[in-house]
Amino acid sequence: MEIKVCIGSACHLKGSYEVIEKLKNLLAADGIDHTKVLKGSFCLGNCGDHVTMSVDGEIIDVLPETVEQVYNEKIKGRV
Amino acid sequence: MDRVFDTKIQELKYQVLREVIKRAYDGDLTTAVYEIPRVIVPGPKSDMRCCIYKERAVLEERVKLAMGGDKNNPNVIETLPIACDECPIDRYFVTPACRGCINHKCMEVCPAGAISIQNMHAVIDPEKCKHCGLCAKACPYRAIIELTRPCVTSCKIGAIKIDDDGKAVIDNSKCVMCGACAYSCPFGAIADKSYVLQLVDILKESEKTGRKVYALIAPAIVSQFKYAKIEQIVEGIKELGFHNVIETALGADITLYKDTQEFKQKGRLTTSCCPSFVMYIEKHFPKLVQYISDAPSPMIEAARLIKRTSPDSKVVFIGPCSSKKYEFRLEKTGGAVDCVISFEELQAFLDARGIDVSSLPEHPLNNASKWGRLFAKSGGICEGVKNLAAKEEFEVCPLFLSGLEQIKIAMLRMNAGKLPENFIEGMACEGGCLNGALTLHHGDKNVRDVDRYSMEAKETEITGSLDLYKMTGGEEADKEL
Repeated sequence: MEIKVCIGSACHLKGSYEVIEKLKNLLAADGIDHTKVLKGSFCLGNCGDHVTMSVDGEIIDVLPETVEQVYNEKIKGRV
Repeated sequence: MDRVFDTKIQELKYQVLREVIKRAYDGDLTTAVYEIPRVIVPGPKSDMRCCIYKERAVLEERVKLAMGGDKNNPNVIETLPIACDECPIDRYFVTPACRGCINHKCMEVCPAGAISIQNMHAVIDPEKCKHCGLCAKACPYRAIIELTRPCVTSCKIGAIKIDDDGKAVIDNSKCVMCGACAYSCPFGAIADKSYVLQLVDILKESEKTGRKVYALIAPAIVSQFKYAKIEQIVEGIKELGFHNVIETALGADITLYKDTQEFKQKGRLTTSCCPSFVMYIEKHFPKLVQYISDAPSPMIEAARLIKRTSPDSKVVFIGPCSSKKYEFRLEKTGGAVDCVISFEELQAFLDARGIDVSSLPEHPLNNASKWGRLFAKSGGICEGVKNLAAKEEFEVCPLFLSGLEQIKIAMLRMNAGKLPENFIEGMACEGGCLNGALTLHHGDKNVRDVDRYSMEAKETEITGSLDLYKMTGGEEADKEL
C-alpha cells in the first residue's frame, strides 16, 4: 500500500503536518512501520479546503479532525 | 503595464530575453541574433550610443548571452567587449574648477611629485600619480575629483583587469561570479549568461510528456514583484507550465539543521549557502576550505527533497543570484537542479508568454519555517543558529559577513588565526540575497519585506521541514551520496 499526503503550500496551510503525525500514530498503533507506506508529495492536483491524500492512487480529502475516520475506512485492515 | 527596473540596462536585457523566449516558443531562433536588435532598435535615431549600428552590434552580443553565451567560458559572468566604453583609468582628474591658486596645496601634499602648475592650472602627471587621493582632499575648491571605473570599484576582490585596449577583462582565477560588476556597469558591458532556452525546452517537453516540472523560488522574491502579490506570482509561474512552486526556504531549514550538526562536531564553520562565498574561500584561502560546511545549499537540499517525492521530475530554481547558475552545474550537486533562471528572466518569461500576474488569482505559498525564509537576508542564518543554540544548549559565537568587502577582511583574519567568532555566515552580496545582482529591484526597504515574509510563515520552528526530510528518506539518500 502507498499512502501519499500532499505537502504543497495549500495543503500545508490546512494541516498536512498534523495529518502526517496522526497517520504515523495510527499506523504505529496497528504495528505498521510508517516509513514503508507513508510518503509525501508536492501537490496531488486537488487543492481546496482540505489536505489531499491518496491511498493507492485514490484521491481523498482529509483534515486533521477526520484523519482517524478516513484511516478506519480506507486504510485499516488493508495494509 | 509599467515595469519597475532599477536600471535602463536591466530593461534592455529584459527586452532581449523576452524576444528570445518568444522566438524559442515559435521555433524561430535561427535569425534571432540578426533580427532581435532591429526590433529593439528600429532606428533611424539612436538614443543610447553614437549610432544605431553600434547599438545593434551590442544587442547582438546580448542576444548571444541570452541564448547561453560562450560555451567555452566556465564563468557565468561575461564581458561584452564591444559594449565596454573604456572608461578612463587615470583616477585623479583636475576639473576646470581649479583656480590656479597661489597656495597650490595639491602640489605641496603630493608625495609622488606628480602635480605641477601649468598656465595657472594644476596638472597631474599620470606616470607619477600613485592614486593616493591626498590632492583631492587638500584642494579648498574640491576641484580635483576621483574617477573610477564602476566595474573595478564594484569588484571587491580585484578580479577585473583592464587590457591594453582599455577594455574590462574578468580574471576567472579570482572571480567568484557574484555579479556585482554586471549590475554596476552603466553601459551594460558585463552580464550574466542565460539558461532560458533550456527552460523553454524543459517546459515544452513537459507539455508533451506530462513530466512534472517544479519551480523552486528563493525567499528574496518577496521584495521583488512590487506590482503583484507573491501568491499571484506563484499562480503565474504555474501558468507557465510548472506543476507546482516550492519555497527554497524549505531546503534552508534543512541546511540550517545540517550546519548546526556539523558545527557541533567541528567547532568552527563557514556557511555553504552562498556559492560565491564558498568559491571565494576555495580560490583565495585554500587553507580555510576545511571549515566550509558540507551541508548542501538550500537550493540543492530543496531540489533533492522534491526529487525524492517525485523521482522523474525536473526542478528549476528561480532566484536573485548569478553564482547559482554556476552552482547547479557542479558535479557535487548530482544534477539535483535542472535549470536556474533569475527574477529578471522570470519577468521576461511571464511577458513572453503573455501572462499578466497582477490579474491572476492567488495561490498560497507556505512550506518553510520563518528561519528558512530569513536566509534571504544577511544575518538570517546567524539568527537561526542562535535560536537552535538556545534550544539545544550549545555555545556558538556567530558572525555574519555582508558583502565581499567584509568577507575579505574577516577571511584574512581567520587565515591568520585571529578571528574570535566560530560560526561564520558569508553572503557575497551586501545585505544578502535580497540584494542579489539579478534582482529586479534593489532597495533598502527590501529587508522589511523579508522580515515580514518570515513572520508570515506558518511554521515557527524547523522541525516540520526536518520531518519531511526524514519522511522522504533524506537520511538514507545522503548516506548513499
